[in-house]
Amino acid sequence: MNCRSEVLEVSVEGRQVDEAMLALVHTILLHRSTGKFHYKKEGTYSIGTVGTQDIDCDFIDFSFVRVSSDELDRVIRKAVGEFKDLCCALQDAMGNGTDGMGQISLEFYQKKKSRWPFSDECIPWEVWSIKVNVVNLANEQERQICREKVGEKLGEKVINIVEVINRHEYLPKMPTQSEVDNVFDTSLKDVQPYLYKITFQITDTLGTSVSTTMRRLIKDTLAL
Amino acid sequence: MDSDLSPQDKKDLDKFIKFFALKTVQVIVQARLGEKICTRSSSSPTGSDWFNLAIKDIPEVTHEAKKALAGQLPGIGRSMCVEISLKTSEGDSMELETWCLEMNEKCDKDIKVSYTVYNRLSLLLKSLLAITRVTPAYKLSRKQGHDYVILYRIYFGEVQLTGLGEGFQTVRVGVVGTPVGTITLSCAYRTNLAFMSTRQFERTAPIMGIIIDHFVERPFGNMGHMHPCNYRAPAEEEGGYTGVEDSQEVCTTSFSTSPPSQCVSALSTAHLKSLKPAVMDTLKVPVMSLGFSHQPPVLVGAADFCHPSTLNAANPHQMGIPGKEGGVPQQVPVQPCHAAQAEHARASSCLPNDHVPAVPSGSGEDAEASSRSTDGKSVSPRDVMETTFTRKVGAFVNKPGTQVTTASLDLPFAAFAPRAYDIEENDPMVQPPESPATSSPLQGSLHSQGSGESGVPAQDDFVMVDFKPAFSKDDLLPMDLGTFYREFQNPPQLASLTIDVSSQSMAEDLDSLPEKLAVYEKNIDEFDAFVDTLQ
Repeated sequence: MNCRSEVLEVSVEGRQVDEAMLALVHTILLHRSTGKFHYKKEGTYSIGTVGTQDIDCDFIDFSFVRVSSDELDRVIRKAVGEFKDLCCALQDAMGNGTDGMGQISLEFYQKKKSRWPFSDECIPWEVWSIKVNVVNLANEQERQICREKVGEKLGEKVINIVEVINRHEYLPKMPTQSEVDNVFDTSLKDVQPYLYKITFQITDTLGTSVSTTMRRLIKDTLAL
Repeated sequence: MDSDLSPQDKKDLDKFIKFFALKTVQVIVQARLGEKICTRSSSSPTGSDWFNLAIKDIPEVTHEAKKALAGQLPGIGRSMCVEISLKTSEGDSMELETWCLEMNEKCDKDIKVSYTVYNRLSLLLKSLLAITRVTPAYKLSRKQGHDYVILYRIYFGEVQLTGLGEGFQTVRVGVVGTPVGTITLSCAYRTNLAFMSTRQFERTAPIMGIIIDHFVERPFGNMGHMHPCNYRAPAEEEGGYTGVEDSQEVCTTSFSTSPPSQCVSALSTAHLKSLKPAVMDTLKVPVMSLGFSHQPPVLVGAADFCHPSTLNAANPHQMGIPGKEGGVPQQVPVQPCHAAQAEHARASSCLPNDHVPAVPSGSGEDAEASSRSTDGKSVSPRDVMETTFTRKVGAFVNKPGTQVTTASLDLPFAAFAPRAYDIEENDPMVQPPESPATSSPLQGSLHSQGSGESGVPAQDDFVMVDFKPAFSKDDLLPMDLGTFYREFQNPPQLASLTIDVSSQSMAEDLDSLPEKLAVYEKNIDEFDAFVDTLQ
């Protein structure tokens, strides 16, 4: 089984990073979350109800729908916030006027139990990579235009996401009660998304990742 | 095709499709209410939320959807469509988008109905939730105000997209294969909002906001078979919108003279008058807590996987919940909805029977008429503006070619005289007296620059109103422009400028010259004395 990989790319201003990422990640998670499973006897289960909530962006002319789960929202906001802080830190380090680029990855995976002493294997089955190009804008007029344009772009990305999801390609089988934690994140009280993890990567304008740059610096230092 | 399906599967599939259609309508209409939607997640399955999604049911919407379906299901060649349109306080309307739930013949015989199809339909509903916030109509619907109303209409049958204007875009929400066909959900939305921009140009106040209202549905989607519903007589209504009078005027000026357009304008005004209370009532709907329409899915779970909201024998309680549509307190009186529906119905019944080329307040019911109306609207107000604004150079003026020659003259107010000369027959502002066939000397001199060409197109199509152009009031003169013009349009002819008179006087002068000289010689002493006084 090959992991399905989708790439989305957006260009946003620094203060729009949060909302743009939240919009896209929540849209994906809306489709990749179910209600809580309640297993019964005879191998049957019932599924809880997923509520939805409209969210308006403050810095972008855009609204999106997310799952009504404050817990899930907190987790996502925390991750997106860290990503944004890194993006901003890089921009500050590089100096004003420099555009930065980052990538946030939302990976859905299944756990495969391994025997001791090996740890469980995480097998991704769908990876969404959202490339973010952070731009600096000079004046309020540009910001206003950016606000509208980013809103339109995000709309296009939502349509892309929906298009991919409705191809109805591989989805993990519905697990039995013993296997549910290998497929779903059962830690939340009200909803049950597929197991996922969020990772990010920041690059400078040269396209090299920060970690690569650091590695090169260290190597050069040691070589001297 | 159906023979491969077990009776239970067939029954389940029909039920899924039916409730999917109803939920689709709910999602679309609720997304155009103009408010943010929030529903709670529930970890304990209640057995009553179709597709495991908390989508509230607005009873009227469900009622309308069921009426449109009339016991049928969306199938091959029978699409269920939700049309979203916008109606201004002036009675102009425009289709914004059409959501289509269709089925084609491509079957997926191997798919499991009670599991895979159900889950995929759930996924499709989630996609619909996301996409309804992305199309342009969402932003329009969120801007609440008094000038716009958003209307929906559910119809069943053939999809009609011609009312969306040129260049409409289509977005596919998703597809779900079933053993009897593939369900497709898509949206076609208008991209050309030219009607709105023209309206904004005519009126200084920006058009704001949209309030959703209810439409009457059309059984089987044939516009020609609309039946009017009961509606409140206009006398009962307070004019809810400001500028009702203006709307009548505007409607009148921008319409062509075809009789059906007048019919539509009258309807639009009446609709306008009856609209606000309906709208206000309707607005209450989402604010009040709406009960769920409990429609427990009848599922017999498969042996290995149970399904969402399964009604097992272990939960007889779930089976006991009846459909609660009737039980939800009716917050919205039926009549206002019907009022709005009636107007729309009447508008639509009027239009298709008369193929009017330019019906500016086309409600979008008749696709052809409304598409033409959009074109007509974009043309006619501009023409109106051309006619009225060329009175004087000022704001919003257009300067057609015919104006250039007259405007280049140095004579004060010269710009007006030949213009009136060209269009005086059609201009109610100017009531020229019967002038002789030969031009007056003044007019003759004005025309000497060759501005006689009447390049103005016949204004027969437009009914002129007494329009006061910007900056037309002249503080220096104690009269307004129209009065001034009327008074000075035909001044008395100057004797010296009349060709006949001058030619006659020349001959007479020559003949009378000796006599005059004789007279002057007689009075030469007087002349000399006069000259002496000057020195």
